[in-house]
Amino acid sequence: MTITYLEAIREAQRRALRDDPRVYIYGQDIATFGGAFKATKNLAREFPGRVIDAPISEDAMVGSAIGAAIEGMRPIVEMQFADFSSVAINQIVNQAATLFWRTQVACPITIRLPSGGNPGSGPFHSQNLESLYAHFPGLVVMTPATVDDAYTMLLEAIAIDDPVIYCEHKYLYNRLKVDALTEAGLPPHKARVARIGRDLTIVSYSAMVHESLSAAEQLKRGNIEAEIVDLRTVKPLDVDTVLASVARTSRLLCVGESWPWGGVNAEVIASVATHGFHLLDAPPQRINSKDTPIPFSPNLWSVHKPSSQVIAAAARRLFDW
Amino acid sequence: MLDTLKEHRGEVAPSLFPDLYITAFKWMLLARTVEEKLGSLWRAGKIAGGVYLGKGQEAISSAVGTMLKPGDLFGPLIRDQAGRLAFGEPIIDVFRTHFGSRTGPTMGRDGNVHRGRPRQGYFPMISHLGALVSVVAGALIARRFKGDRTAIGATSIGDGGTSTGAFHEAMNMAAVEKLPLVVVITNNRYAYSTPNSRQFACSDLVDRALGYGLEGHTMDGTDLADCLEVVGNAMERARSGYGPQMVVGHCLRLTGHAEHDDAFYLDKRLLESPVGRDCLKVAESYLCKQKWADETQIESWKKVAKQQVEESVAIAQCEPQADPSEETWCPYATESVAKAHSVR
Repeated sequence: MTITYLEAIREAQRRALRDDPRVYIYGQDIATFGGAFKATKNLAREFPGRVIDAPISEDAMVGSAIGAAIEGMRPIVEMQFADFSSVAINQIVNQAATLFWRTQVACPITIRLPSGGNPGSGPFHSQNLESLYAHFPGLVVMTPATVDDAYTMLLEAIAIDDPVIYCEHKYLYNRLKVDALTEAGLPPHKARVARIGRDLTIVSYSAMVHESLSAAEQLKRGNIEAEIVDLRTVKPLDVDTVLASVARTSRLLCVGESWPWGGVNAEVIASVATHGFHLLDAPPQRINSKDTPIPFSPNLWSVHKPSSQVIAAAARRLFDW
Repeated sequence: MLDTLKEHRGEVAPSLFPDLYITAFKWMLLARTVEEKLGSLWRAGKIAGGVYLGKGQEAISSAVGTMLKPGDLFGPLIRDQAGRLAFGEPIIDVFRTHFGSRTGPTMGRDGNVHRGRPRQGYFPMISHLGALVSVVAGALIARRFKGDRTAIGATSIGDGGTSTGAFHEAMNMAAVEKLPLVVVITNNRYAYSTPNSRQFACSDLVDRALGYGLEGHTMDGTDLADCLEVVGNAMERARSGYGPQMVVGHCLRLTGHAEHDDAFYLDKRLLESPVGRDCLKVAESYLCKQKWADETQIESWKKVAKQQVEESVAIAQCEPQADPSEETWCPYATESVAKAHSVR
C-alpha cells in the first residue's frame, strides 16, 4: 500500500472535510468528474453538497470564497491549472490579500494551483506562479516538494487564518510515493534541509528539490557534497535556515522552475547577500527556466526548465570558483 | 452589533408606507448632509485623496439600505452613503475613514469609501468595480451552508461597473447557485466621464437579466416611492426563493466623479430631463404633497441632520491620526505567519 503526492492532496482534503464543517471545495469539474487530475475523486459522493462544480469563472470562484470566508467558512478553491489563476488575480491580490490589513477580519481561503510542466503541456498549462503571488503582501505561498508536505501543508493551509496559495506540482502527482502519511510535519513556514553537505548549498522548492537531489548524487561522484535546502513555503521565506546552511558551505546556488526575473531565487540571493555577505566565498548563482514562454514540444521543454545535469554543472563551476 | 445598528428600523408593511418613506427620506437627507460636509472638508484641504459623492443617487441607495433587514448582507459601492447609513453605519465611521484616523474601521490603512464592517455583514469595497458582487454571493453561499434560509444580500454597481468581467462572472455564478442576491445597478449615465453610449450597446441594462436567467426590475431612481416599492419587491422575491434579482435604477449623477471633477462633460439636456431631477427635492415635494410632512418639519429634520454631522466631525477631527510608530506593519492574521513575516 503506497500513497502518491496526488493522493496525499486528496486525503488532506478528505480529512479537512471530515473534521471541519466549515470546509468546502469549489472548482471546475471537481464534483462528479473528480477534478481534471482527480484530486477530488469520490469526495463529492462522500461529502454531498460540499464539493461543488463551478462555472468557468475564476474571478467569481475566488471572490465567492472570500465572501464565504468572511462569513466563517474555510473554502478550498481548485484552479484547474495554476495558469488560469491569472483570471482571478484581482480577487487574490487585491481582495483576499488585503482584507485582514484593511478590516482586521481574516480571509482563511486556500487556493490550490496545479503547477509546473509535463511534456506537451505548452505555454498555458505549465506555469509556476509562486513568485508572482509571493510579491503581494498578505498571501502565504506554499510549494510542497514531498508527499508528506503535500499532506501536512495542505491541512495547515486550510487551518491558518490567512489566504494561502498552495502550489502543487503536477509533475510530482504520480511520481512521488510513500508507504504511509506522516501526521506530524515540520512547521509550515520552516525550510527543511533535505540533504546534508559541506561544499555548497542548493536552495530549491517544489519539483526542483528532486532535480537538485539528483544533481547532488552526480556531484557526489566528483566528491562534491551539496547541501539541499527545501524552502517548502516561499512566502514568508525562512531566510534563517538558508543562512545557517550557507554559513556551513560558503556557497549558494538557487534553483527554481519559474522565470528568473524578480523571482524566489532572486529574493533568496538578495536576502543572503544582505544578511550573510560575509559568509560567502563565491558569488551566489541561480538557475531558472529560460526567460521565454513555456514551449510545447517535449524536446524544447526538456531544456527550458532546469535539469539535474544543468544544476550539477552550475554547482561544479561554483565549487571551482 | 448588527441588531443594535438596525434596531431603529421598523418592519416593512404597506400600511406603514408613510413611516417607511419618511425613514428612507431621513437617510437621504442625512447622506446629503454628510456629503456636503465631506465636500467642504475636501475643499479646505482637510481630507487626503479623493472624495466621491452620491448626489442624485440617494433615493436608490437609501431604498436598498432601508429595505434590508437585520441579518442581511450589504456590499455598497462608492455612491452609497444613504444606503450605508440606512444599513447601520455610524456617521463617525465616515469621517474617521476620510481623515485617516487610527480609530476608524480601517485604522488609516484605507480611506474614503473603502470602509465596512464585515463581521456585521457590511462589506468594504475595493476600487476594482464588479469585484464585490461575487464576494456578497459567496457570503450567501456561507449562509446557505449554515442553514440560514432567511437572509438575503444586496450589492450595488454602476452602469460602468456592468462592463467588467468580474460583474459578468458573479451574476452568472449567482444565477447558477440560485442565491438570494439583489444586484442594484444605478445607471447614473456616466462612468467617470464616459457616457452610456460608450459603455454598452444594449438598449437597456435590465435586458441582461434575461441572459443571466434571473429576474430584472426597473425603477425611477429619482422617485423614492418607486425605489422603495421596486427594491422591496425584488428583495421579497429573493427572500422567497426566486433567485438573484437585478434592479436597474435610472438617475443622473449630479456631481463629478469625485470632487476634483467639475463634470464639464455632462450633457445639459440630461440635467433638464426627468432623469436629471434631484431625488431629494422630489422627495421633499412628495412629502408635502402627501401631507406626511410640511416644510417646517423638513427644516427641523435638516437641522437635526446638520447637528449630527457637525458633532461627528468635531469628534473625529480631535482624534489621533494613524501613527507610523504604532502601526504593526503586519498584513497577516495568523500568529506564526506574522512572526515569520517579521523576521527580516
